[in-house]
Amino acid sequence: MAGSFDFALAIGGEAGQGIATPGNILTRLFIRRGLYFNAYNAYQSIVRGGHIFLTVRISDEPVYTHGDKLDLLLCLNQDTMNRHLGLMGEGTRAIFNSDSINPGNPRQGVELCPIPVSQVSGSRNRLVQNTIAVGATCALLQLDFTILEDSLKVRFARQGQSVVDENVGVARAGYEYAQQNFTPFPTALPETDQPKAQWAGNDAIAMGAAAAGVKFYAAYPMSPSTGVLHWMAQNARDLGIMVRQVEDEIGVANMVMGAAHAGARAMCSTSGGGFALMTEAVGAAAMMEIPVVLVDVQRAGPSTGVPTKTEQGDLWQTLGASQGDFPRIIVAPTSALDAYNTIPELFNLVDHYQCPGLVLSDLLISEGTFSVVPDDIDMNPAINRGKIITDAGTGNGYQRYKDTEDGISPRALPGTEGYVHVISTDEHDEDGGLISDEYTNPYKRRAMVEKRARKFNDLEGRVASPALVGPADADVTLIGWGSSEGAIREAVEQLAEEGITANRLQVKWIVPFHANAITAVVNAAKKPIIVENNYSGQFYRYLRSETGLTIDSHIRKYDGEPFMPHHIANGVREILAGKADVFVPYQEVNV
Amino acid sequence: MTTGSAQMTAANFRSGINPDWCPGCGDFGVLNSLQRACAELGLQPHQILTVSGIGCSSNLPGYINAYGAHTLHGRSLAVASGAKLANHDLTVIATGGDGDGYGIGGNHFTHTARRNIDITYIVMNNQIYGLTTGQISPTSRLGMKTKSTPFGNVETPLNPLTQAIMNGATYVARAYSGDIRHTTALIRGAIEHKGFALVDVFSPCVTFNLDNSHDFFKQRVVKLEEQGHDPQDWKSACERAMEWGDTINVGLFFQGNDIETLGQREPVLEKGGPIAHRDLAITDEQRERIVRRMM
Repeated sequence: MAGSFDFALAIGGEAGQGIATPGNILTRLFIRRGLYFNAYNAYQSIVRGGHIFLTVRISDEPVYTHGDKLDLLLCLNQDTMNRHLGLMGEGTRAIFNSDSINPGNPRQGVELCPIPVSQVSGSRNRLVQNTIAVGATCALLQLDFTILEDSLKVRFARQGQSVVDENVGVARAGYEYAQQNFTPFPTALPETDQPKAQWAGNDAIAMGAAAAGVKFYAAYPMSPSTGVLHWMAQNARDLGIMVRQVEDEIGVANMVMGAAHAGARAMCSTSGGGFALMTEAVGAAAMMEIPVVLVDVQRAGPSTGVPTKTEQGDLWQTLGASQGDFPRIIVAPTSALDAYNTIPELFNLVDHYQCPGLVLSDLLISEGTFSVVPDDIDMNPAINRGKIITDAGTGNGYQRYKDTEDGISPRALPGTEGYVHVISTDEHDEDGGLISDEYTNPYKRRAMVEKRARKFNDLEGRVASPALVGPADADVTLIGWGSSEGAIREAVEQLAEEGITANRLQVKWIVPFHANAITAVVNAAKKPIIVENNYSGQFYRYLRSETGLTIDSHIRKYDGEPFMPHHIANGVREILAGKADVFVPYQEVNV
Repeated sequence: MTTGSAQMTAANFRSGINPDWCPGCGDFGVLNSLQRACAELGLQPHQILTVSGIGCSSNLPGYINAYGAHTLHGRSLAVASGAKLANHDLTVIATGGDGDGYGIGGNHFTHTARRNIDITYIVMNNQIYGLTTGQISPTSRLGMKTKSTPFGNVETPLNPLTQAIMNGATYVARAYSGDIRHTTALIRGAIEHKGFALVDVFSPCVTFNLDNSHDFFKQRVVKLEEQGHDPQDWKSACERAMEWGDTINVGLFFQGNDIETLGQREPVLEKGGPIAHRDLAITDEQRERIVRRMM
């Protein structure tokens, strides 16, 4: 649960109605007051029309999910009213333009807040209803109007004084109308003395790459990963990063590999379909021993799937990416901040091991927007580039793939005098010469397979093992991976309120997999339950293959929307009552 | 491109590994010409990165004394582009065959030309798939009988020269690998050229393509230089590239000297040297700007 103030508002309308702007004005206003927020945008793959629903949850304490309930509904069209009003409960408010929207029958305790927009604003512009709603929202939250006025001035400064004045005027009209006609919420919007910043998960991924010293970034635009490309493009010149939009994901991954081979830290991002095209490069990077990072922001599949919806469905795709039998590092960050911190850590690993590193984000993390404490963003993480030869050598006896004791062969970058060599995707000898050209020498082949595998012998010890959070003797142990941490965390708190004790284990590193530590947790658990956002239990099947453990209880979701805390809490109740082994919650329209 | 001071010869660019190409393969002439061109330009082996895909001709990086990357089928230009953008001090030369470059790598060929990135691309065009034992390639002639087209090829061959010219390549040449001196001159010009340079080389496959043999080309190739062609004339270049019959043109079809390369258009590469060698740390000023934009 969040802090003493826990409030959620949602803005709904169709694409093209300008939901992002009021959303952005409000979130910026909240972070200026030092509040935390967590926002999730349920949207469609459509430029105009459809239904878009942005949920913003605000608190004076950190918030880890967009939550379970709504306090305030801002309806920009009739559809939003029809879909969501029925889910609003006691003490909630619904703001809507009474010129064009009919309220229907609200449940008892819901206060309808109709605003005759054209009369109040004196304007026929459709977009004024958004600004009026923002003004009314601030009034309901008992916020001084000057705070909103300052926000609007900053927001519209670049568009000129007349635009600023118009927006301030309209917002004031909405604010005053609400003051006069509606009941404000009983608790005023609080303030803390520590202003926050805001980012989307994709911004965090891009910034993590910049902090890691990435100097080459390439991508083909694909939802929900495109935000990384946008951040990179926006900041490339300031930070000296070469950013390229490439013809396809095959070109992307191979270009990134070329840049990495030449010595730049290089990264790309995509979603599952694009990652499918990149997989040949994953194997090539492993064979040529080039450090690269590829980010897969998962969306619901298979194939083109549901481009704007979330899922944890690409685990096996990353485990099996590219033909052959070879190690790769895979990590699934648990939040935006975790993604930010993980990217530099992963770059140090891939540079050390000279191998591909894969990041499994998903739409929930990547397109969610979150508050962040600026001091938590460490822009100068430790950077370790591994064994790179920098001195001019004699040229005598250098072997790019030298069969060393730890399996790691010092790299010489192209351009370095005295270390000329060839790298190859064919199996090769220590000097890079092709083994297939000499009757596929089985001794050399075996030595090279073992050399590459041996590199990773100490990998598990280099990254943190997942930690059990909560009482050791809890009634249930919730095991999740990646982005579900926030919802599981809050579900544990909900269960505690009704006397069910739960602890939780969130797995972030997929490879290396801390099999012993996880086995110990599962064996000590009274009732282990695995929570994942897919149909077939991809993580469970992987856990079983790595540990031999059998776990009977599962909470799964695969409708395209992320877990809300109560989905998990409901699942625990059903499982404890013996009503289900695999609990699949229904997604309410209220997302 | 920087040049070394030591006197270089083609022998300095021999790797010591003997090519596993068939005796008489046209690729020997290409390798020889490339080694000569590098020597004539005074390049040092460590200044050069050759990048290839997969196929007989793509084994070339193993046979030249230079940095080399023998990558995936069709991907040489993507890898070469990344390497060149990361370290623009390198002389980057992509090499491969017609199947590799015009077939599986066709998309990258189109877009690399469009970008006008400063890479030399040498395609050993034998109009056949050799390593897979003789099937049609994108440049095989209409009607050609192969193992995959036993009743004759029904697909029109693509024209790599017009494609490159139309897509924005700024140096487009064709050579015949049996004429080492001419091939060397065209490759040398391509490396010297600032921008994307294609040298399509007729490189006969003596095992699987008996139609387009050394004799076939010897009887037909005529040099554009001897016909008064002006390579600055874009329209004429397109026309000359489309001629194919009893005589087949070789030489420099097109050269656009005043067209900016991708590197010249990219502010990120303007100062500070190759990005691969730059300081990785984010400065306090950069951090402040980033955080301010988030608030």
